[in-house]
Amino acid sequence: MRLPARPRVLALAVLALAAAAPAAAADAAHGQELYESRCGGCHSLDANRVGPAHRGVYGRKAGSAANFNYSTAVKGSTVVWEEKTLDAWLTNPQALIPGQRMNFRVALPADRADIIAYLRQQSGK
Amino acid sequence: MTQLIDLRRRGLLRGSGITVLSASAVALLAGCEKMASAQASNGASVANDVGILNTALALENEAISAYQLGAQSGLLQKPVLEVAVLFQTHHKEHRDALIATIRKLGGTPVPAKSDAEVAQALNAASLKNQTDVLRLAQRLEKGAANAYIGVIPSFGDRNLAQVSARLAADEAMHWTVLTQALKDPLPAKALSFGA
Repeated sequence: MRLPARPRVLALAVLALAAAAPAAAADAAHGQELYESRCGGCHSLDANRVGPAHRGVYGRKAGSAANFNYSTAVKGSTVVWEEKTLDAWLTNPQALIPGQRMNFRVALPADRADIIAYLRQQSGK
Repeated sequence: MTQLIDLRRRGLLRGSGITVLSASAVALLAGCEKMASAQASNGASVANDVGILNTALALENEAISAYQLGAQSGLLQKPVLEVAVLFQTHHKEHRDALIATIRKLGGTPVPAKSDAEVAQALNAASLKNQTDVLRLAQRLEKGAANAYIGVIPSFGDRNLAQVSARLAADEAMHWTVLTQALKDPLPAKALSFGA
């Protein structure tokens, strides 16, 4: 379908605005709900359980929570946990650090962003 | 809650013991008998699957300790106590099945933490009444169900992915009973697990 010139300009303008609009802000409160229901089977903020304690994880080097028995792969990793690395980790842990032991995946980008926002908030970053 | 679970089965479960592989554990593994040889040529995939199973085993060990702490707390009354013991039996059967599968794949099962370590990690000292214990169990069961769902895409072996789904179903059943016992509303929307 070919639009007349004026509507075509308007349509392009709308597309341009949409492209320039920032992504929806991550929701740390929703991230807390997701963290408790999805991550809470294995993790707590302040205790090492099946997985390591998470308070302070944002900005921390992978494999550096005190007194947690990490896999060799995670312990030897140079990854530092921030937006991009946490997003990659929650998307597919094995792809980021082969040999890790978590393997839990969060499929939706918005859910990952909210969980990361919550972890960042709880890390005081 | 007694109307939801036929506790007469408990005697049968208890009678089977945990020193031998339970009937349900054998059934759980029945579809996986061929996977060790079938995956022998794909070492990385097997190692990854063993890693997932060991994480699941750690989760089951924690659940067994959590129910032990609840049962010994003196805070649970019948029939809730009997249901808690039944659910612990389910988790022991999960543990046995996972250990057998890990060994079948050539792995080494992770050892369980002590009940005292689990008590500290779960802040069991803060539990003051039956509702507190049920809330903790409810939270752990939902987390376990979601953990089993969340690792399904990572399995190299589709039979193990199916086992993970079956384990998640057990945990979801536990969560539902606990939710009823707490008189919490059931989820208003569908697909509430894994979300």
